[in-house]
Amino acid sequence: MIPAEFRYLFPSTVDEAVRMLADEGEDAKIIAGGQSLVPVLRMRLAAPTALIDIGGLTELTGVRDDGDSLLIGAMTTHYEVQRDHLIHDHALLLKLVTDTVADPQVRHRGTFGGSLCHADPAGDLLAPALALDAVMIIAGPGGRREVPAAEFFVDYFTTALAPDEILIDVRVPKYTGWGAHYEKLNRVAQAWSIVAVAAAVQVRGGTIEAARVGLTNVGSGPVRAVDVESALVGQPVSAIAEAALRASSGDGYKDNLARVLTGRALTAAVAG
Amino acid sequence: MHISVNVDGVTYADEVEPRLLLVHYLRERLGKTGTVVGCDTGNCGACTVHLDGHSVKSCQMFAVQANGHEITTIEGLARDGKLHPVQEAFRTNHALQCGFCTPGMIMQAIDLLADEPDPDDETVRKGLEGNLCRCTGYQNIVRAVQDAAQRMKPGAGPKIEQHSDEHVTAKQPVGGE
Ligand SMILES: Cc1cc2nc3c(=O)[nH]c(=O)nc-3n(C[C@H](O)[C@H](O)[C@H](O)COP(=O)(O)OP(=O)(O)OC[C@H]3O[C@@H](n4cnc5c(N)ncnc54)[C@H](O)[C@@H]3O)c2cc1C
Ligand code: FES
Ligand code: FES
Repeated sequence: MIPAEFRYLFPSTVDEAVRMLADEGEDAKIIAGGQSLVPVLRMRLAAPTALIDIGGLTELTGVRDDGDSLLIGAMTTHYEVQRDHLIHDHALLLKLVTDTVADPQVRHRGTFGGSLCHADPAGDLLAPALALDAVMIIAGPGGRREVPAAEFFVDYFTTALAPDEILIDVRVPKYTGWGAHYEKLNRVAQAWSIVAVAAAVQVRGGTIEAARVGLTNVGSGPVRAVDVESALVGQPVSAIAEAALRASSGDGYKDNLARVLTGRALTAAVAG
Repeated sequence: MHISVNVDGVTYADEVEPRLLLVHYLRERLGKTGTVVGCDTGNCGACTVHLDGHSVKSCQMFAVQANGHEITTIEGLARDGKLHPVQEAFRTNHALQCGFCTPGMIMQAIDLLADEPDPDDETVRKGLEGNLCRCTGYQNIVRAVQDAAQRMKPGAGPKIEQHSDEHVTAKQPVGGE
């Protein structure tokens, strides 16, 4: 189908984009990679009056080293995340998760920030962002503010972003040398997760020193398996099977999946 | 809005509505009907073209987003009446039945081979994950891509078959304009 009419605006700075959002009012929308938004417009599930295209804002692309953390520009594409050396060395989990997102064509245009803002509960990048304690850096009319992932994902397709705010950067602490794995269950190619588990572990001399576990698509947003994480700290690697049983989704079928996939994700993370 | 786009080596300047999808611009304005539309959801990959050397689904972006960029479609692959080696490999390996998925499959296969010049079967299947075929069962498509990889290897076959166009296969990051 053909989308409803809209105005199309190309800001040249973040501040100009924020001003445009304010001027255009609540019915304006940011378009990033368009890989979730364009189908929504084609099926006329939404009819924004204006689209503000942040694709030209080079200040929003790329990954920067910022001491103890990485700063990932919101417009960094999935394709770029997959190939970025800083991400590979300090946030391997994000690379492994991104490898499973959609298909090559979609990954060439879809963005890291767009996935987080879209907040589809089956979106793969939400759980790792939550588990890795990512912080969203947001620009709005009042300046910049930071929101931790735990407060950013509010509900199905709903984030803490106000209608006149833009996600500009995501700060991810460095997990240098941690093992990581994403265990994604789906039944056909190019499909969303039925359930998936993102795991990162720090192992020294056979002992798990720290663990991060995030669950995809077990509720209205990503879920952090804190009970699993705490059951692993200070334990030998052999404690994984027992700890994984603490993963939970509050729903019978997915509960079982969460446990099985958590066990697999952690085992693979420790091995890799 | 005014746009200027290079499609298959020719620069076009046009006035377009912002809501015009790139695929409709290619088909309806430029008459490049080789690129087809198979779905409304970005799933099927039939509409795949290259944007600055990277495969994209042309139904998943607006023509205004292509302003200042280079597009290559299935119609821009043949040179001097000779098919591109990937087109030739699809033909000789019976990698199509109805042919509807073929333009997208070929454009994506070229993208894949630029990244992975010597892929194994699993890599080919993963690389074509965003392209659906309702006819072939994929076996001959995988075979064709493997065959094309051999044809495109340096030193393989007559020179004329190694003409894989620089701007088609070169991988540059998609730059915002
Ligand atoms: C066939 C197909 C399969 C897919 N499979 C998967 C999958 O398996 N797993 C997965 O995780 N995803 C999948 N996706 C979605 C894909 O990852 C998208 O890239 C992603 O959801 C959205 O990113 P985008 O940059 O395209 O955002 P857009 O589509 O441009 O925007 C999405 C939403 O976020 C808002 N937005 C975007 N960026 C910002 C910003 N910086 N600040 C404020 N608001 C913003 C927009 O206004 C819009 O509401 C799939 C998509 C397709 C088409
Ligand atoms: S028509 Fe573009 S993906 Fe189906
Ligand atoms: S040949 Fe018919 S859809 Fe692929």
